[in-house]
Amino acid sequence: MIRIEHLVKNYGSVCALDDVSFTVEAGEIVGLLGPNGAGKSTAMNILTGCLSSTSGKAMIDGVDILSDPLRAKKLIGYLPEQPPLYPDMTVWEYLNFCYDLKGCRLDREKHLREVCDTVRLGDVAGRLIRHLSKGYRQRVGIAQAMVGDPKVMIFDEPTVGLDPKQIIEVRNLIRGLGRAHTVVLSTHLLSEVQAVCDRIVIINKGRIVANEKTERIAAAVSGSRRFRAKICGPQAAVLQALQNMPGVARAEALAERDGDAGAYALETSEGLDVRKKLFYLLAERGWALVGLEATGVDLEDVFLSVVETSEQSGAKRAPRGARRTRRGKETAEETLGAALYEEADSRRKEAAAGKTDED
Amino acid sequence: MRAIYKKELRSYFINPIGYIYLGVFLVASAVLFYFTVLSSATYSTAGYFTFLVAALTVLIPLLTMRLFAEEKKMRTEQLLLTAPVTLTGMVLGKYFAALTVYAAGVLGSCLNFIPLSFIAAAERADTTETLRSTIGPVPGEIIGGVVALLLVGAALIAVGIFISSLTENQLSAAVVSIGVIGAMTLIGLLTQITDANGQPWIRFAWIRTVLNWVSVLGRFANFTNGIFDFAAVFYYLSIAFVFLFLTVRVYEKRRWR
Repeated sequence: MIRIEHLVKNYGSVCALDDVSFTVEAGEIVGLLGPNGAGKSTAMNILTGCLSSTSGKAMIDGVDILSDPLRAKKLIGYLPEQPPLYPDMTVWEYLNFCYDLKGCRLDREKHLREVCDTVRLGDVAGRLIRHLSKGYRQRVGIAQAMVGDPKVMIFDEPTVGLDPKQIIEVRNLIRGLGRAHTVVLSTHLLSEVQAVCDRIVIINKGRIVANEKTERIAAAVSGSRRFRAKICGPQAAVLQALQNMPGVARAEALAERDGDAGAYALETSEGLDVRKKLFYLLAERGWALVGLEATGVDLEDVFLSVVETSEQSGAKRAPRGARRTRRGKETAEETLGAALYEEADSRRKEAAAGKTDED
Repeated sequence: MRAIYKKELRSYFINPIGYIYLGVFLVASAVLFYFTVLSSATYSTAGYFTFLVAALTVLIPLLTMRLFAEEKKMRTEQLLLTAPVTLTGMVLGKYFAALTVYAAGVLGSCLNFIPLSFIAAAERADTTETLRSTIGPVPGEIIGGVVALLLVGAALIAVGIFISSLTENQLSAAVVSIGVIGAMTLIGLLTQITDANGQPWIRFAWIRTVLNWVSVLGRFANFTNGIFDFAAVFYYLSIAFVFLFLTVRVYEKRRWR
């Protein structure tokens, strides 16, 4: 549905996007993930025709956004980072304006009612946008993107600035939209893509560093597990015992204290659950276990390491001019997934070697 | 384009700015009409139209300052830029909305001529049959003046829109517009400044010719004398075209930055 080929965008001498290619199938929800300033918004702006690319192609449903912008734009509903709302209009007036602006040919009244119902704006339809809260404004922004029932919806950081309840609502909404539409959303929150997206495209410094199904990314990180334990006992001895436990890849004492108990972080290899063993070990030694929780490896860690890996390997590569000629689709794809698995692999190897190291 | 036109026209009257503009325009025109025509006991409207054009220097920026600057500031322009509307359509929609409000003001100000016609009617009744046709305002002058006023507005609104598209600050859009439009309208007056000896202040005749040629007011004079000046029509429409074109280019260029 969306095809981006070798997209390059330079702002003067600053390279915002460097040879970015990816495709999104119909009905897929894809998350563009990256730190702030990675080029997510630039990519979206090009995709929606706000911005031109220095080179490369962006196609929506086979329509090139540059050569046939009007037809391509009809296929897109776009929610920019800041929802483009006119504070002097009521919600209903605003949606009507969007309807006219997009030149829709649906049953106006019915269609707009439906949109309002989907994002649950019915009760504020008559109110001025200036009087709405941030959460409602965001919903009006989403409603705006839905007007005209476009095939493709693009959301730039749709949950920024919302409270947790609203975030969940918006995520559910986007999930729901994904059933009948193709959705691209950008975010710098991993949990968000994990909760919403079928596939994750990680961008860093204008380059794609990973492009994977969400489950595969999740699988890649489930190799190791983390626990936090609060144990009463002499710190050095406890730490020593933890480190010597079979299956424990890493153990370290944390600065935090709870009464006379010290806190420790444990990391195990190959998804081993050492909680029972830990309990018996401590009982044997006569140290009291006052707290134990599984923290798991967060995607944040993986993300950071993927980004770092790509930066290191990027530095090793040939200078840009030489690279572009030989760089194709495959090379982009190679670097990405590989980085993830390397990461998980290295963790496993480390664990197997029983090595302890400080992060 | 229709959608944007409708939205802009409405927003003139959701905000106070449309009412302020119309109010100020009507009051200014009435005051000018009183002093230039009624209280100076003349049927010639040339002075009235000339002063009104000078007043446009301040009034047109009121109409145009927000058109693009506000969209940029509120980040709403992304909605327009990603909508299936051409840049030309977007610019023209806004242009015609401003032009409509302007035209409404100009037509409203035609009320000023009603008292003049009463005065003329009263005066005609007092004079002899032979003099009767020489009394009263010349319809050609008034029609010419109104048409020229619309044309000048069409040109200056385009200038104001162009300046508004350059900034996201309404106030600077207004100030710069006042400066530029002021210069465009009043530059011709420089040619009429004389020194103590009655010599023109600008010595070179060709500079005076050029200044008069460029000046918006310089082109205006023929209309107020009831002469339909095709060159001037062409001049005003060219200005409108050039500045609207430049506005489209501003947006085009920002895509390619």
